[in-house]
Parts: sequence; C-alpha cells; structure tokens
Amino acid sequence: MRRYVILGVLLAILCGVTIWMTSLGSVGIFKVAPPGKVLGEALRHLQIVAVAEGFAILIGIPVGFLVTRRALRYISPLLIGIANIGQTIPTLAFIAMAALALGMGFQAAVVALAAYTILPIIRNTYAGIRSVDPAVREAAQGMGMSKWQITTRVEIPLARPVIMAGIRTSTVVNVGTAAVAGMIGAGGLGAIIMSGIAVRATAIVIQGAAPTAALAVVLDAVLAKAEDWTTPRGLKVLKLAQWQAQ
Amino acid sequence: MIKLESVSKTYADGTEAVKDLSMEISEGEFCVFLGPSGCGKTTSMKMINRLIPLTAGKISIDGVDTMELNVNDLRRGIGYAIQNIGLFPHLTVEENVCTVPRLLKWPKAKQHARAEELMDLVGMDPGTFLSRYPSELSGGQQQRVGVARCLGADPPILLMDEPFGAIDPITRSRLQDEFLKIQAKIKKTIAFVTHDINEAIKMGDTIALMREGVLVQYADPAELLGSPKNEFVRNFIGADRVLKGLRLLRAKNVMKMPPFLVNVGEDPMQVKQRMEGAGFRWSMLVEDGDRFLGWVTCEDLEPSKPIREIITPPTVTATEDTPLNEALSLMLSSAIGTLAILDEDERLVGVLSFDIIRDVLGENVDVEPPCEEDAT
Repeated sequence: MRRYVILGVLLAILCGVTIWMTSLGSVGIFKVAPPGKVLGEALRHLQIVAVAEGFAILIGIPVGFLVTRRALRYISPLLIGIANIGQTIPTLAFIAMAALALGMGFQAAVVALAAYTILPIIRNTYAGIRSVDPAVREAAQGMGMSKWQITTRVEIPLARPVIMAGIRTSTVVNVGTAAVAGMIGAGGLGAIIMSGIAVRATAIVIQGAAPTAALAVVLDAVLAKAEDWTTPRGLKVLKLAQWQAQ
Repeated sequence: MIKLESVSKTYADGTEAVKDLSMEISEGEFCVFLGPSGCGKTTSMKMINRLIPLTAGKISIDGVDTMELNVNDLRRGIGYAIQNIGLFPHLTVEENVCTVPRLLKWPKAKQHARAEELMDLVGMDPGTFLSRYPSELSGGQQQRVGVARCLGADPPILLMDEPFGAIDPITRSRLQDEFLKIQAKIKKTIAFVTHDINEAIKMGDTIALMREGVLVQYADPAELLGSPKNEFVRNFIGADRVLKGLRLLRAKNVMKMPPFLVNVGEDPMQVKQRMEGAGFRWSMLVEDGDRFLGWVTCEDLEPSKPIREIITPPTVTATEDTPLNEALSLMLSSAIGTLAILDEDERLVGVLSFDIIRDVLGENVDVEPPCEEDAT
C-alpha cells in the first residue's frame, strides 16, 4: 500500500512539473513545447520503447533459452560475457554507432535500443532456466515428459519470474535510453530535451525529462505487477517459506 | 519381468560404467541394486527407462525390447522416484501426483480420484494436502508425495533411486516400513538403488550387489549374508553380517513355547515347590491359560499372599512380527534373559531367549569355523 502512495506522489510531482513548465508558454524569447507536442512526443517515445522492447523480447528469450541447451551450452560463457561487456558501453556510443550504420531516424534508434536492452533479457532467461533444480528436470524426464513438455510445463513456468524481472529491468533502461535516441532524429521526449539544451532553456529540458521519468516509473510499476501475476503460486509459497526460515 | 542381457554402458571417454550385466527381475520382485558409489548401480537402473542409453546388450520388459518402444511411452509406463524427489514446486500436490495420468490424458475426474486414492495409500489426508504446494510439506511428506507420484498411473514397474536417502533416520525407517506394507498390497516389480546394506536387507526380495560395473552377487538377502560369494561381498556386508542376518527373521519364526508357566490362581506354596523342583527362579505368570500378566519370583512366594499381589509387571514385550535384531536389542537393553512374545490381544504366544537366538544364528548363518589346531 505504502508503495502505491509513494508511487502516486512521485507521479503527481513529475506530471505537475511538466504541466507547470508547459503552462509557462514561453521562457525569454523561446516558446516552450505546446501540450500537444509533449503528449505526441511522449506517445512517440512509448512507441520507440515498445518496438525496441518487442524485438528484444522476441529475440532475447529464445537466445537465452537456447544457450542453456546442451548442444549450445559451450557458447553461453561467451554470450553472457558479451552481454556483460555490452552493458558497459555507453548508451550514447551505442546509438551513435547505430546511426552511423543505419542512418538517422526511427530504425537506427530501435535497433540500437533493442541491441542494448536485449542483454538483461538474455542474461535473466539463461539464469532462470539454469536455476531449475536438476532433480526436477530429471523427474520430469523420468516420468516421460517430452522435451517440449519439459520446457513448457516445467522450465518456463519455473523461470518465468526471473525472465519477467529481466524484461522489467530492460524496459526501464529502455525508457531512459530512448531519450538519447532523440539525438539521432527518431523523435520522442528526447527531441524536446535536445531542443531545450540547444537554447539553454531548463524549462524545456524539464518538459522532456519529467515525462520520461514518469514513463519509467509507470512502466516499472506495471511490470512489477505483471511479474507478480505470472509467478506461479507455488513459487510464492516457496519464497515465503524461505524468507520465514531465515 | 525385466530382463537385462549382456548390458554395458561405456562412456565416450572410455569409462565403463556397467560391464556385461545380465540379470532378471521377475514380476512382483523387489530387487535392490546395492554397492559402493560409482559401482554402476544407478546407471544400471536408469538404463531400464533409457534415461541413460545403453551401449551394448539388450533390456526387455515382458519380452519387448525397450529400444523398440517410444521412449516417452516407455517412461510413462514405469514409475520413477529419486532421492532429491524433484517435486514440481510450482504445482500442487495433486498436480504433482497426477503428472503421468495427465500426460496419458486421463479424464479430470479419474485423475482426481486417483490422487485421493494415492494420498490415502501413502498415509496423507487428501483433503488437507492435495491443494498444498511442495514447499508447504515436511521432508518426509514430500518423500511420500514422491512415492505417490511414481505410482500415479499405476505402472507395473517402479524404479527408485535412493528414494529414502535424504531424510532423517527415524522418518526413513518409518517410510521404509510403510512402503513395504504398500508393496505387499500392490506387488510391483521394483528396481531400487541404495548404498545402504541395511536398507537393502530390509527392503529387498533380492539384492544385486555390484562393484565397478560388474554384478558380483545376485541373491536373496539370506543367501547374501549366509554365503557371501567372495571377499568383496563379505567386506561390503560388514563384520556384523551375522547380526544383520537376524533382521531377516521375525519372532514368530523362531520363538518357542515357554518351558514353565504359572497361572495366577494357583496356590503359592505349590508353585514354589514346582519352581524349585524344576530349578527356575523366575516364571511367567498368566491368567486364563495364556493372558500374560508379568513375572513372579520364587522368593516372593509366601503361603498367605495370593500370587496376584506379587506380580512383577513386564518391562518389555515383543510381537510376533518383531525382527530378531530388535528383539535381541530389547533383551540386551532391559537386561532380561527371556522375552515374552504377545499377540494383539496380549496373549502369550511364545518366548525368545538368548539360547534360542544363538541356536538360530548357528543354523542360518555359516559362521566360519575357527581354525582347528591339531591337539597333538
């Protein structure tokens, strides 16, 4: 309950600041972004995040899963290594490289963001599947479950909370990183921030930054809830038992 | 019937886990694969349901080569229980127990009825436990659910890999007893892996003792204890094999009728005379011919006191089904020389004494004769 109060207060502040800045009309000789523009760029921002995240999930989960298979397991240290090193590359560098390779615009932004945010998804899928107790897998196999049944009935349900946590992390990172995408002409709230920086108008920067933060907060809360919904009840009971045992 | 013919398992690196193993487990037989770790007992068992593929030889079940069957169909027809249980933590007890029935697409109602039946069989209340999750159960309860799950679709064959290995000794012993009772009812063909000789003797109809991938001796427990085939078997069984042999016998197999009995209504002085005449200081005391009351000693007998007032109540008694090792232990720990064996109605049906047990040991286990030195 308290979590939601804090969340509400935070959102109210962020939205309030945005509305306040927008209502200023102009700062000095510069006009602030009109409400329609803020809303439009916010939607555009969401669109970039959604498309990039969609690709990241569609590719990341199968890749993370496949490297747990015996035939491909030898790749996993390499892949997880790349994933970890990839996270240390500055976002800006990532986006700049994508723009150089694919030209300015939406496409480059989506590719860069997907590539950048796929890493937590691969890593968590891999960790989630690997964390399934070998005894559970052996029991499933010994009782005559097919490989497909072991995957869909045992491995995925047991790994789901961890995979969902990866998607959540990745989405929040994505919202923030997408602001940088404004630099390469993909639009989104980053575009407003860029125009604010260009004319050194803090109010305009805030018009872009505050809604970005608000989006991140909302998506984080929504995905936390989704994580909770998709966690099998038996696992929640298990966690509670472990917590009580401590 | 499970038949293994010249079965071998050689790994890619040349390790021979199982070498040329041939044996038969007949229908309804409880066969224990026994041996030190790394002897190939688990590998042998897992080759039966092809969890480990064999590299040479043939395994057939009721005459059908297991390689000819679809591997998942084969496994669904064989119950499987392992030491770490491997219950699905995200599924309820009912869903766990019904794993194989669900794979076989039984109707929902039949699955539920089967789950209830199995919970009753393993001594857990279906109403209380079917909707619980594995993490809400104690270790012993989880193990019971594991046993129930392997019986899920009522398979004729069970493979069990140290199913009682990971629990405390008291619970383990209770689960073993319960499982033996269940087996007496369901009469499955069982391949059971353990490294515990005591468990093997207690549970098995037959024991397959293995060493370094080779079957050393395949015999029933009495034969294994009584005539170990070689030094390895002798060592594995342990120096106390004679005592272990006692576990195989129950009181009813060897007990004798008490040599001397006193009825509670008898005249004290006559009894005293009779006891002194026969040379007994103590005697068992009964009522109505065979209802056991306790003991009476010669010195306590006085003309004026009825016998009923000088009874020494029994400290320990045993039942007809008490294994001899337990009976002996009872006698030693309570320092009595004669143990009364009672039936359910507290009626005296026999006695055990150190002499009787010593005679049994002499008959059943061929203790190596001491070196006979020439007297000259």
